[in-house]
Amino acid sequence: MDEYVTGIVTLLAVNCIAALGVSLFTGFTGIFTLGHAGYMAIGAYTSAILTVQYDIHWLPAILAGGTLAMIIAYLIGLPTLKLVGDYYTIASLGLGEAIRLVIENWNSVTRGARGYPGIDGYTTLPIAFAFLIVMAIGMFYLVNSNFGRAFKACRDDYVAASLLGFNTARYRVFSLAISGFYCGVSGALLAGFMSFIQPVMFDMAKSTELVSVVVFGGLGSMSGCLIGTTILTLVTELFRPISQYRMLIYGMVLVLVMVLRPEGIMGTNELNRAFFRKLLPRGRAAGEEAQ
Amino acid sequence: MTTLLELRGVTKTFGGIQAVKDMSFRVEERELSGLIGPNGAGKTTIFNLITGVYDVTNGDIFYDRKNINALKTYEIVSLGIARTFQNLRLFAKSSVLENVMTAAQRHHRYGFPEALSHLGRWKAKERETRDESMALLERVGLADRANQAAGTLPYGLQRRLEIARAVSLRPKLLLLDEPAAGMNADEVARLNELIVKFHKDFKLTILLIEHHMDVIMNICPHIVCMNFGAKIAEGSPEEIRSHPEVLKAYLGEEEE
Repeated sequence: MDEYVTGIVTLLAVNCIAALGVSLFTGFTGIFTLGHAGYMAIGAYTSAILTVQYDIHWLPAILAGGTLAMIIAYLIGLPTLKLVGDYYTIASLGLGEAIRLVIENWNSVTRGARGYPGIDGYTTLPIAFAFLIVMAIGMFYLVNSNFGRAFKACRDDYVAASLLGFNTARYRVFSLAISGFYCGVSGALLAGFMSFIQPVMFDMAKSTELVSVVVFGGLGSMSGCLIGTTILTLVTELFRPISQYRMLIYGMVLVLVMVLRPEGIMGTNELNRAFFRKLLPRGRAAGEEAQ
Repeated sequence: MTTLLELRGVTKTFGGIQAVKDMSFRVEERELSGLIGPNGAGKTTIFNLITGVYDVTNGDIFYDRKNINALKTYEIVSLGIARTFQNLRLFAKSSVLENVMTAAQRHHRYGFPEALSHLGRWKAKERETRDESMALLERVGLADRANQAAGTLPYGLQRRLEIARAVSLRPKLLLLDEPAAGMNADEVARLNELIVKFHKDFKLTILLIEHHMDVIMNICPHIVCMNFGAKIAEGSPEEIRSHPEVLKAYLGEEEE
C-alpha cells in the first residue's frame, strides 16, 4: 500500500473510534452533543505532552489521554445531565469551545495557538486498527448488554426508564464518560498520526462532523456509525483532486441521505445475521429475526 | 393484615389548581383494590405522586411504614412498586422481548467489565433474564411475538405487554392505570382474568385505576372512589354501588 492510502486508512480508523463514542452518547442514549471535539483535544494534548515532554511510552500516554477526557466528561456531565432535555446540547456547544480556548491560551503547557509540534508518529496503521478493533468489539458488546438496554430505555422514554428502576441521570453521565474516553483515545491517536496538533483542529466544525457521521450512519446503530464514517471520510479524500468541489459533494451526500433515508443509512439495524435475513426474500416471517 | 400503602392527607396543587385534595386511604397487603372516579378526578395524579413522578405538595405517603415522599422514582421502584401507564409507555421500537428484559435485568445483574467483554457472568445472567422474560411473555400470551417491535402490536396486546414488563420487576405493589382502556368487552374479561391470576400467583398487592365501574366491581373487594381530587367514598363494591355521593358524582343521573 502506498503511503497515501495507508494514511487515509489510518485516519479512518482514528475517526471511527471517535464516532463509536459519539454514537453511544447520541445514538443510544439520545443526547445530542456539539462539543465532542473538545474531548478529542484533551486526549490529543495529554498524549502529546506526555510523550514529548515526559518521554512516556505512547501506549500509556494514549490511555491517559482517554482517561483524562473521560474524567472531564464525567465532571461536565454531573451538573448538565441531571436535567432532562437539551441542556447538555446547549452546554456542550460552549464547553467544546471552552476546552479549545483553554488549550489555545495555556501557552506554558500547550504552546498555544501555534500548535504542538514534534510528536512522535506512534500511530501506525496496525496500531490504529488494533485500537479500533478492541474498542469496537467492546462497544458492540456493551450495547448488547444490560447497560445497552438501560441506555436505550433512557433514550426512548426516560419516565418509563426511571419507573423500571433506572437512575436515568446516572446512566446519562456514565454514557457521556464512556464516549469521552473513546473520543480522548481517538484524539490521542490523531496526535500520533499527525505529529503536529493545534487547537483549531478541534473546533466546532469537528464536533459537528462527529455528530453528522453518526446521524448519517443511523442513530442507534454502531455498524451504521462505522459505515457513515467510512463513506464520509472516503468522500472527502476521493474528491481531493477536485478539492474546490469536495465540500459541495460532502454536503450533497448528507442531503441525499436526509431525503432518501431520514433514519440514517442503517437506521437502528446492525450488520448482523438478522439484518441480512431481513434483506433476503420477504417470504421469511418477521418473527424469525434477532437472536 | 398489614398496611402496605397509606396516603395521609395528600394534596397536590399545580399552580392554582388542586389536582388532589386531602386524600387519605390505605391499601392492605395482598389486597386487590380499585381506585375509581370520572375522567379528570385525579386518579393518575395519585399514581404519579406515589411513584415520585410528581412531588407531594402536602401530606405523606407511606409504603411499608416508610415515608416515601422525598424518594426519587427509581428508589421507589427499588422498594417494590411498579406501575403501568394509561397511555402506554412501551419502548416502541424495541422488540417485545427486549421491553421485558429491560425491566427483568434488575434481578440478574452483572458488572460493567462483564458487559464490555461478554465474559464472566454475562452469559448466564443474560440467559436468566431472557428465560424469565420469555416465561412471563408466555403467561400473557405474547411468546410467539417476542421478536416483533413492541409498537407494532395491537393495542390490547401492548397493554398486556406493559403489565408483563411491570410484573417482571418483581414488585410487591403493582399500580395499574386503566389497563382496560380502549378494549372491548371480551378483551376486558380476559384481562381481568390475567390480573386476578397475577395477583394470586405473584402474591401481589394491586391498586387498579378504572374508569369503567363494572370492570372494577367484579374483581376488587375494596374500592376507593374520588371526584375533583377528593375521596368521596370507600368500601366494598356493594357499598360503593349504593353510596349516594358516588351515584351523584360518578354515575350522574343514570341508574347503576
